[in-house]
Amino acid sequence: MTDESRRGFIGKAFGAFAAVGGIASLIAMKKTWDPLPSVMSAGFTTVDVSGLEENKLEIVVWRGKPIFILKYSADMTPTEGRNIKIGDHYYSVMIGLCTHLGCIPAYRTVKKDFKCACHGGEFSADGKETFGPPPRPLDIPPFNLDGETLVLGEEGEAYRALVAKA
Amino acid sequence: MAEFKKADSMLEWFDQRLGVINFSKVMMTEYWIPKNINFLWAMGALLMMMFGVLLISGIFLLMYYKPDVALAFDSVNYTIMHDVAYGWLFRHIHAVGASVIFLVIYIHMFTGIYYGSYKKGREMIWLSGMLLFVLFSAEGFSGYMLPWGQMSYWAAYVITEIFGGIPVIGGDLVVWIRGNFYVSDSTLTRFFMLHVLLIPVVMLGAIAFHFYSLRFPHVNNEAGEFFDYDVEAEKYLAGDKKGSKVIPFWPVFLAKDFFVMGVFLIFFFYLVFYYYGFAMDPVNFDKADGLKTPTHIYPEWYFLWSYEVLRGFFFEMFGISGKDLGLMAFAFANGIFLVMPWLDRSPTVAPANQRPYFKIWFWLLMIDLIVLTIFGKLPPTGANAWVGFASSLSFIVLFLALPVITTLEAKKLGAK
Ligand code: HEM
Ligand code: FES
Repeated sequence: MTDESRRGFIGKAFGAFAAVGGIASLIAMKKTWDPLPSVMSAGFTTVDVSGLEENKLEIVVWRGKPIFILKYSADMTPTEGRNIKIGDHYYSVMIGLCTHLGCIPAYRTVKKDFKCACHGGEFSADGKETFGPPPRPLDIPPFNLDGETLVLGEEGEAYRALVAKA
Repeated sequence: MAEFKKADSMLEWFDQRLGVINFSKVMMTEYWIPKNINFLWAMGALLMMMFGVLLISGIFLLMYYKPDVALAFDSVNYTIMHDVAYGWLFRHIHAVGASVIFLVIYIHMFTGIYYGSYKKGREMIWLSGMLLFVLFSAEGFSGYMLPWGQMSYWAAYVITEIFGGIPVIGGDLVVWIRGNFYVSDSTLTRFFMLHVLLIPVVMLGAIAFHFYSLRFPHVNNEAGEFFDYDVEAEKYLAGDKKGSKVIPFWPVFLAKDFFVMGVFLIFFFYLVFYYYGFAMDPVNFDKADGLKTPTHIYPEWYFLWSYEVLRGFFFEMFGISGKDLGLMAFAFANGIFLVMPWLDRSPTVAPANQRPYFKIWFWLLMIDLIVLTIFGKLPPTGANAWVGFASSLSFIVLFLALPVITTLEAKKLGAK
């Protein structure tokens, strides 16, 4: 082999090794930033809704997110595909993060709607967007019902029925 | 090893080993600066100085700051502010410094636009400058998260959420950036790393590159005049200091920079001691609470204009949701300054006041940016929302019109 072709060979071999190593380290770096296993397997939250007050927003935490639970009063009309019936009452159960950029909208008991302070978005009591930049209704978290207890994080019968209707 | 003879002086000793005489000629005493420039050309030196101020104050904060959601807030608001001797001073310097550096950056940028200092060989200066702007924005954003107050938390939340607007990968990308489904401890620690190490290191490299890119095209001047630097430098060295169009960077030019720095420092320390409130939002003295959005959130003043462009489009148009329109406009606003050298189709390098159409465009842009900044801070309700919409739309129209305006101007000036 001539000098040139030996140099050329070493250069190419080194380049190939470096490329493999570089790609492997990029993958490792990407994975370092992934959520930890403990975060991914974060648990379930159970809420007993029997004691809740009508037209007063209850907020519970599930996987670090606020979950809105709103018990409807008699004068509020439930929406097909948005509200669930637990016992004798209708409820809104929604992830309390504005679908625009994730602020937490506030509930206005008099107007019976939600107002997001960040960019002025508004939602009706059932979570449908009525004004401003939010592109879709508030999301409904997966849940299951166990009597009057709500289990967040578990996909139950009632949840599937609700999503199918929406 | 090369032949070394015994040095007769310390200077010679260093010169033999490091070539300091030649080096200082190339970098300072024979680095030529045009005479015909005003105080607006001192902004770069101010930026360099402010970077140093932020670096030093940051190092002192770093000694007591704790990047942990349970400890961060108290480490800043109690330990640094109350216990550490002069801790408050370093915090005020750092916070006020981070705010006014953006004022200087904007002046620096718009000086460049006004005098057309981004074209005809100066494209790389402009691009490296915009890279620095992006880095400073990222540095400001990551630093703002560290005190872990309510504004820290919600700014982090909303800004990371913006990446969710990217098609297909958006949702996963947000979780990846945060390291969790919400802004949490993993988010704080990784942004801490970015703020104190990775971004500052990249900045140092970008600053060096920015200076290097100035080397061949040289800085622009008040008249946009092109001349032969070698000829002018020879005149100066031959003793014709009056007739030459250039002066050496050191010691002649820098004297003027020192004067501007002095004036600026008086202003800066006045803010640090007597008027620091604007850089330390009261809402941020409440500890972060992921379950309670403050009633009204807004970014620091220097991000208000682009924030207003983001929320200016609040209703659906052409079947695209307000959210997506806002995100598209925001992406446009943040990217468009980068291509400035190619949007300006006129070959003329001259101050805006000597360019009949560009002059109007420039001042309209200034007015629009000021309106956007003012309304970015106001709650987006009623008439405010419409002013926001109009000014956001104007911003986009102005930039789309720039190639046309400058082409027409080039024709008009060429015809004369
Ligand atoms: C170069 C541009 C820089 C900018 C624009 C910047 C910006 C900021 C901002 C806006 C804050 C929040 C201020 C506050 O509320 O107190 C902050 C905090 C902080 N910065 Fe920087 N910073 C810069 C450089 C650095 C450097 C180089 C370091 C360290 C090596 C550093 C270390 C820190 C620390 C430890 C904090 C948290 C303490 C605190 O919030 O008072 N910074 N920075
Ligand atoms: S986050 Fe609610 S309107 Fe923007």
